[in-house]
Amino acid sequence: MEKEGLGLEITELRLGLPGGGQEIRNEKKRVFSEIIGGDGRDVEASGDRKSQTTSKNQVVGWPPVCSYRRKNSFNNNEKVYVKVSMDGAPFLRKIDLSMHKGYSDLAIALEELFGCFGMGEGLKDTDSCEFAPIYEDKDGDWMLVGDVPWEMFVESCKRLRIMKKSDAMGFGLEPKSFLLKGTLKNETK
Amino acid sequence: MNYFPDEVIEHVFDYVTTHKDRNALSLVCKSWYRIERLSRLRVFIGNCYAISPERTVERFPGLRSLTLKGKPHFADFNLVPHEWGGFVFPWIEALARSRVALEELRLKRMVVSDESLELLSRSFANFKSLVLVSCEGFTTDGLAAIAANCRHLRELDLQENEIEDNRGQWLSCFADNCTSLVSLNFACLKGEINLAALERLVARSPDLRVLRVNRAVPLDALQKILMKAPQLVDLGTGSYVTDSRSDAYNKLKSTLLKCQSIRSLSGFLEVVPWCLPAFYPVCSNLTSLNLSYAPGIYGFELIKLIRHCVKLQRLWILDCIGDKGLSVVASTCKELQELRVFPSDPYGLGHAAVTEEGLVAISVGCPKLHSLLYFCQQMTNAALITVAKNCPNFIRFRLCILDPTKPDPVTSQPLDEGFGAIVQACKSLRRLSLTGLLTDQVFLYIGMYAEQLEMLSVAFAGDSDKGMLYVLRGCKKLRKLEIRDCPFGDVALLTDVGKYETMRSLWMSSCEVTLGACKTVARKMPSLNVEIINEHDQTEFCLDDDEQKVEKMYLYRTTVGPRTDAPEFVWTL
Repeated sequence: MEKEGLGLEITELRLGLPGGGQEIRNEKKRVFSEIIGGDGRDVEASGDRKSQTTSKNQVVGWPPVCSYRRKNSFNNNEKVYVKVSMDGAPFLRKIDLSMHKGYSDLAIALEELFGCFGMGEGLKDTDSCEFAPIYEDKDGDWMLVGDVPWEMFVESCKRLRIMKKSDAMGFGLEPKSFLLKGTLKNETK
Repeated sequence: MNYFPDEVIEHVFDYVTTHKDRNALSLVCKSWYRIERLSRLRVFIGNCYAISPERTVERFPGLRSLTLKGKPHFADFNLVPHEWGGFVFPWIEALARSRVALEELRLKRMVVSDESLELLSRSFANFKSLVLVSCEGFTTDGLAAIAANCRHLRELDLQENEIEDNRGQWLSCFADNCTSLVSLNFACLKGEINLAALERLVARSPDLRVLRVNRAVPLDALQKILMKAPQLVDLGTGSYVTDSRSDAYNKLKSTLLKCQSIRSLSGFLEVVPWCLPAFYPVCSNLTSLNLSYAPGIYGFELIKLIRHCVKLQRLWILDCIGDKGLSVVASTCKELQELRVFPSDPYGLGHAAVTEEGLVAISVGCPKLHSLLYFCQQMTNAALITVAKNCPNFIRFRLCILDPTKPDPVTSQPLDEGFGAIVQACKSLRRLSLTGLLTDQVFLYIGMYAEQLEMLSVAFAGDSDKGMLYVLRGCKKLRKLEIRDCPFGDVALLTDVGKYETMRSLWMSSCEVTLGACKTVARKMPSLNVEIINEHDQTEFCLDDDEQKVEKMYLYRTTVGPRTDAPEFVWTL
């Protein structure tokens, strides 16, 4: 195995073409790029490769950035663009949910996009606005905005719709705890 | 022999302060050993497992300041399992028991529990300074104990620690009559802060010079604090965001005009770039600027800011500054000594915004540069040769090409010649990290020229055992060697086992070293602990199969033999 150190490579019997010694030497380097899928392919790490890979197919500990910095300095927030439609509007808009800190923030953004002012307040006090925001979740169901914690909402929301309340007569549109918590927290800032 | 009474010799020793020099003194003769050990105030222990707490306290009963380092460096990159070790509790216990008058404790990469902090806070009446770097295992409850019980606390410096935030009121635990604070850094805390308590604390700390706050401190609170502490020398902002051209921003602008003493600036953990101009007047006095945690300041905003920083000596930034931005640094910051350029893409799969061009520009414009950490997209031999010529004073040179085996893109050659030029020109080089396509040749150069080298980090490099042997034979002052994913095996490991006794530690992971070879080292060198770390599939790893490759090996010299606190996936041979 360690014949290389004694310069006996040249006497080693091999089946390959002459000059094929490069292969062994560059094994480590090639394997790294294989792991990363350097030429665009998603390649599984080779069997005897000891470097572990994470779910994103990177080599553990590379690049050598300390874990505190990894967790705290990079923009871990991926953009979450969702379509927003409003009943009666001729075209849809798109917003990035990751840009907003909570429901109150979102309500303001929607109001500015569509001019449906009063919706933020309308979420708290059902009579003061003719619109209500609903969203389609991962299961394809249409849900009233504000029932679940903000982070959970961002993760499960696929699209938004600003609905006329008149279309939902008789359904309970009372504000839920998360909505109130969200709005109150933002107000004390 | 000794023509002077002990007190006189001790007085002379007072002028000898560095650890190296004090250690040298203690080796001269028995008498000097005795005088030195009784008068030693500051003790530095680079590996907490090299000596026992009891022995330390016994030898240095008068110690006031203790510095301890725990986990090996590669723990920073998740290569060392969390439960590996490095517990500080036994140390604090030993110090408390023997009634050492501890005033300062500095820890790096250690596991610190709330229990340890509580014991620390109650055991040393004169405790003044706690510095924790890259530590973990404690919560804000531990900080509350420190705040409440250390009545003469001057320094609480928390750098890059993993602290569980229990959202308690630790800041409010500082006693009302605690007015001694000089330095407070809690930038790494994740939770909310009682802003009123912080303001009151700042107001009653006239000696406060260093204040680094966390994300939870918004711009308007910062302004109020600065009003009360215009004497600050080192400022770390929290969240630097404001909704509109508000009163808060304008107030901050005028407050900053009064803060003429600020020499070091950091933070901007959240930032709205257009608010940066408030800091321009401060920039012209800055010697240290750390924007490496500031997301989303684009190149042109950074450049505008940097143009004001004419006295800068230390700069930490993200690679979104770009090569062009580095040219601006080069033409503006003529006093620059230390530069760190971090990647803005953590997974390294994207493209870093800096290349060899930026580094060459810096080397031309900043001849005083002696410390470098540079994450880049690519590097060429020509660039490294130029850098070596322009900056022969490097003490620390750490280069990280995001694709670690990338050759010179212009010539497709390995980077052996480039790094060779660096080690040949920089005669004072103490620390080196290499990346890029590298053969055994680079190690030949390192062994030949890097006479002052103390620490070497190698990844995905070399062709054969010869590479490692060149380094072990040539670098006489080598203290720490850490290697990952290199084809170095048993021959390299076993050729000169005596060498490891002259070093602090050796780390080898994902190399070609076998269990049998590790056992041989352990057998021949009882003064070393040879640890094998095997966290994955324990059933596959068999302690009797000497042929199998070892995943991770960490060996270090020690006076106390195998440690008793090792977890089950760590075997000391």
